[in-house]
Amino acid sequence: MTQALLEVQGLCFLDYQPVDLFLNPGEILGLEGASGAGKSLLFKALVDLIPCRGEVRLAGRSRSLMPAAHWRRQVGYLSAESAWWADRVGEHFKGDVSAQLQSLGLPLESLDWPVAQCSTGERQRLALVRLLENQPKVLLLDEPSAALDPGNVGKLEQLIFDFVRQPGQAVVLTSHDPSQLERMVGRRYRVAQKRIEAL
Amino acid sequence: MILLGYPELASVALLVLALAGTSWAMNLGVGRRVLIAALRTVIQLGLIGLVVKSLFELRQPWLVALVALGMLAAAGREVVARQKRRLKGPWGFGVGAGAMFVSSFTVTLFGLLVVLKPDPWWHPQYAIPVAGMLLGNTMNGVSLAMGQVTEAAFKERPVIEARLLLGQTAREAMGDIRREAMRVGLMPIINTMAAAGLVSLPGMMTGQILAGGDPLEASKYQIMIIFMIAAGTGFGVVAAVWVSAARLFDERDRLRPERLTSSGR
Repeated sequence: MTQALLEVQGLCFLDYQPVDLFLNPGEILGLEGASGAGKSLLFKALVDLIPCRGEVRLAGRSRSLMPAAHWRRQVGYLSAESAWWADRVGEHFKGDVSAQLQSLGLPLESLDWPVAQCSTGERQRLALVRLLENQPKVLLLDEPSAALDPGNVGKLEQLIFDFVRQPGQAVVLTSHDPSQLERMVGRRYRVAQKRIEAL
Repeated sequence: MILLGYPELASVALLVLALAGTSWAMNLGVGRRVLIAALRTVIQLGLIGLVVKSLFELRQPWLVALVALGMLAAAGREVVARQKRRLKGPWGFGVGAGAMFVSSFTVTLFGLLVVLKPDPWWHPQYAIPVAGMLLGNTMNGVSLAMGQVTEAAFKERPVIEARLLLGQTAREAMGDIRREAMRVGLMPIINTMAAAGLVSLPGMMTGQILAGGDPLEASKYQIMIIFMIAAGTGFGVVAAVWVSAARLFDERDRLRPERLTSSGR
């Protein structure tokens, strides 16, 4: 049996039941649940952004053995709403991201755009590019296509498929679009009544 | 030196009363506050005048230290009271008072031991006014800067968390906020230095000249005091900003906004 990429044992946060889950390499895992059920909280606990206890391992290495910043670069969480601190989009990137921009249907000039003038969908895609710069092994995507038109949804899905095709990489995805989950996701977990269970 | 009589002092008090009266007549709502603050000035300055006078006579170093600590405690309380959101528990008072203690008292010691060199070095005629001047100014800087850190951490939570999510450490994620807080805390003393003597004579120099001192000597003293204030405020602000920014995060670099009180006093 191959080793799971991400293993979660007894992850406790707030008043939720302890969470056990695993994510295999190459997998796209679905996370279901009504709005407010706690999908985003689970993501935040997985990246250690909110107080939590329990064992979380990436490729066998416990996150408690590495600095939180190091962990968050390997397990990247794309929140439903992106936040930006500089005036221009380009100031948020470190290196050359032209290929990633292109694959998500964003022009190179988007780096010169003022953040305030970007649409929600543009910001969402730019935030994904920003996250990918860290070369994470696991992506936790919270409604990544919520504000995208159908053409760009296709590009985003292709990027996710390409991501999990790389060795030792995988994705957890939430979506309000049942057909998208149908197209992309294999195993699923559901968050309801403070519990997270495999379906 | 022209000695100030009580009738003359009372005549100035009439000006403040007139201001309060104007506020009442025009319904500006500050009359009460002006009067209470003026009354506090009279009582507090009267008391400190008596305290310093008796310190002169008693000449006990531990009494000087006690008065200085009392002033520090009052400054720490004032820093807490001026902040809209503050660190919960003993931190709000502790960080501010600690930063002022380290910076103001170090600079005061430097001023007494290296610059002024009175005999004995803790002579209350020098120690109390210098410590007071430094504490008062450091208090302004520290309370402005700490208020800036806590308010920004609360308002810019999404941005801070976005930066943490991208793998920045708490220190990196707070960089802009820390810089802005430093700027805000140091702006008053930088402005004072830039405008000193052009627009107005600083309070201490004015007092010295009015009390019959040589204007050139007064300038020298003022320069010394301003430099000490700049250093005291600067280091106090650095310490306060650094510790309060760090206190907003835990050991796993998570932002912990629940460590702040909600807004309002």
